[in-house]
Amino acid sequence: MVFLLSDAFSFSALLISYGLIRYSHPAYAGDVEAFKFSHEYWPIPEKVFEAVPFLHGIELPLVFVGIMTFILIMSSVTMVLAVEAGHRRDRADVEKWMLWTILGGITFLGCQAWEWTHFIHGTDGGGAKDFYGNVIYGANLLQNQYGPTPFANLFFFITGFHGLHVTSGVVLNIIIFYNSAMGMYDRPNRKIDEGAEPYEMVEKVGLYWHFVDLVWVFVFTFFYLV
Amino acid sequence: MATEFNLTTHVEVDHQHDHDHEHHEEGFIRKYIFSEDHKMIAKQFLFTGLLWAFLGGAMSVIFRLQLGFPDLELGFLKPILGSWIDETNKLDPNYYLALVTMHGTIMVFFVLTAGLSGTFSNFLIPLQIGARDMASGFMNMLSFWFFFAASLVMFASLFLETGPAMGGWVVYPPLSALPEAVPGSGSGMTYWLISMALFIISTLLGGINYITTVINMRTKGMSFSRLPLTIWAFFLTAIIGLLSFPVLFAAALLLIFDRSFGTSFYLSDIYIGGEALHHQGGSAILYQHLFWFLGHPEVYIVLLPALGITSEIIATNSRKPIFGYRAMIGSMIGIAILSFIVWAHHMFVTGMNPFLGSIFMFLTLIIAVPSAVKAFNYITTLWRGNIIFTPAMLFSIGLVSVFISGGVTGIVLGNNALDIQLHDTYFVVAHFHIVMGSASFFGFMAGVYHWFPKMFGRMMDAKLGYIHFWLTFIGIYLVFFPMHYIGIAGFPRRYYSFTSFQAFNTFADLNMFISVAAILTFTAQAIFAFNFVWSIFRGRKAPLNPWNANTLEWTTPRLPGHGNWPGKIPHVYRWAYDYSKPNADKDGFTDFIPQHIPLSQTPHSNLEYENELMQKQNVTDDLKVNE
Repeated sequence: MVFLLSDAFSFSALLISYGLIRYSHPAYAGDVEAFKFSHEYWPIPEKVFEAVPFLHGIELPLVFVGIMTFILIMSSVTMVLAVEAGHRRDRADVEKWMLWTILGGITFLGCQAWEWTHFIHGTDGGGAKDFYGNVIYGANLLQNQYGPTPFANLFFFITGFHGLHVTSGVVLNIIIFYNSAMGMYDRPNRKIDEGAEPYEMVEKVGLYWHFVDLVWVFVFTFFYLV
Repeated sequence: MATEFNLTTHVEVDHQHDHDHEHHEEGFIRKYIFSEDHKMIAKQFLFTGLLWAFLGGAMSVIFRLQLGFPDLELGFLKPILGSWIDETNKLDPNYYLALVTMHGTIMVFFVLTAGLSGTFSNFLIPLQIGARDMASGFMNMLSFWFFFAASLVMFASLFLETGPAMGGWVVYPPLSALPEAVPGSGSGMTYWLISMALFIISTLLGGINYITTVINMRTKGMSFSRLPLTIWAFFLTAIIGLLSFPVLFAAALLLIFDRSFGTSFYLSDIYIGGEALHHQGGSAILYQHLFWFLGHPEVYIVLLPALGITSEIIATNSRKPIFGYRAMIGSMIGIAILSFIVWAHHMFVTGMNPFLGSIFMFLTLIIAVPSAVKAFNYITTLWRGNIIFTPAMLFSIGLVSVFISGGVTGIVLGNNALDIQLHDTYFVVAHFHIVMGSASFFGFMAGVYHWFPKMFGRMMDAKLGYIHFWLTFIGIYLVFFPMHYIGIAGFPRRYYSFTSFQAFNTFADLNMFISVAAILTFTAQAIFAFNFVWSIFRGRKAPLNPWNANTLEWTTPRLPGHGNWPGKIPHVYRWAYDYSKPNADKDGFTDFIPQHIPLSQTPHSNLEYENELMQKQNVTDDLKVNE
């Protein structure tokens, strides 16, 4: 619990940094239809995140990231079901719901990998021009076709930091799944604290998972919606 | 019925005791090196912290030599500093910056955070709340070894060819981000960042442990309103640390990215040697915000444990209950909360909106209220007390003195208009060295003198302690008080040489005076070093309760083993400050009644509410048995 609180402060620091840098750059003022990528102003997120796999060339603003978010939230729901099954000490159900949660986590990571790849490769026409007037294709830590360099820096850093948390969450979930599949939580003479539930670890890891999910909601709000 | 009830608890406790015995036969490595016992870990923190303190102090002596005697030939330091003393036998200006940076980093983080908090939180929390060990011994061990790894990396950075970090202990970018700026911003800075990342992990592991232990493992009867103030202080310190260090971690990660991976979080529009760097759009002020969001709470992470230790020692040695126990807790909570919302007073001159500045000034000055509550409570506790001047007590009174005299200048600095003149001058140096550095150091020393008997089972020599105290106390005022004048005159901190400026030449003799005082004060610490080491092996054997104190640690054997109490853990029936209670002599007690004495044993001295409490307690106990 305490760890989550301190982790929450790390993320808050990062998101506040985002806010500060975001507002030190001018927003795009012109007509949305005429929007072009430039270093002069912060990009409109709908114009940056509009690609969906296999649907090349079609503008679908925020659809893909919406799907990702939905998957992650669904995995939180299955986590709740796993915890609830743990309260009933129903091993088969715990396994089933844990497996769905793990799947959801991995799918989310896979989606993020695709999104990063697309972000790095950039769009067909390229975007903003660099200092010497050359068109930039794609984005990395040094240059960025979508807008000011810090936009890409922050994107990689914050979603990367979150992705790292999801990864460790998936690892934890797999450990819990393995333990419960091996029947460790049902072992009658297992030493546990007085008053503790046998499936308490599911609940603890569940807390972490919900936390990671909640952080994503904030990242999503700041990066994609505002 | 009642006996049966007692019997069952007894069996449980005995069982636990047997269980502890299994761990008793530990090898050398498990006992002294990779120990999970909180007392051993505390000693490890203590020794590492003291070593760092001597190293950090020695650094300050070297740069004071440069400041006080600008014409001195420093050739005799060549065996230690090597090529950092140049051909003309002068200290390399870059290395001067490195010394200042390292002195700050070492003292703030390694000595007064890890050394002070690590030692006394680890040592006292289980002993004073009546627990056999920390919530997680393993995490506790990790906490020390992460600290040790951080120490190693920082120590190694001293031997780099380009020198350790040189950008000041606050490592502001762009100075710290660009190796072109100063030699130490090369690998020295990388080492600094790695070391700090390890250090933060250590602090978080320790903090999580302290908090869980205090919340979950208090013995029966040890409610939060009966906790000794030491534990309250450590508890709040751990909470502050847990909330602020992650922010420094985030700041450090971003700085690592800027340095190593070419991002531009903190950097923008920089030209070096006429050539433009590619960094665009970052903000150096952002780093300052993130840094001081840790940096200001850090002040209280350093100071609160010292205040907690002092509360305990002053009450014990005045033979009086602490004045305003609840007010003390309240003011500590107040300080803890306020510490998070005043950080921008370090940044008044960064061009922030003056209106925002005045809000931060207002919040900053509010801190004077809880601080003054604490200062007055110390004085009123001392007032008409039966004062016993042990060395620990002297250091505690010394703390109250420096806390007040350093705090007063804080009111001056917290004012955003005055700060424009005083910012980054020796006035600031004087202020925080007195209120934060010296106060915490005095708390540290007081703690060592007071709990040495419990740590090593022997007494430290009191006479040497007195000499150590007076030399240190007078020395510290002689060093830091004159700095106020130099600061008001406008002399900036971190400057290699003040003699190059006509305006400051008049301060040559004052600077010389400060340097001489600093060297003498540092030398006086040798008395402590000797006393400390000698007493560990040759000191007089300590009685069980040398200071006639009330807290639980004095109910343990002279050298408590793993598990702290050989029998069952004592229960707690009263607060920790029943000193000189009226009518205690009729109950067969002298001027103190320890926390584990039941109220039923002291019918004459019980206060009215305590009698009611006792009756209520009896009723509930009966009910429990009947169930």
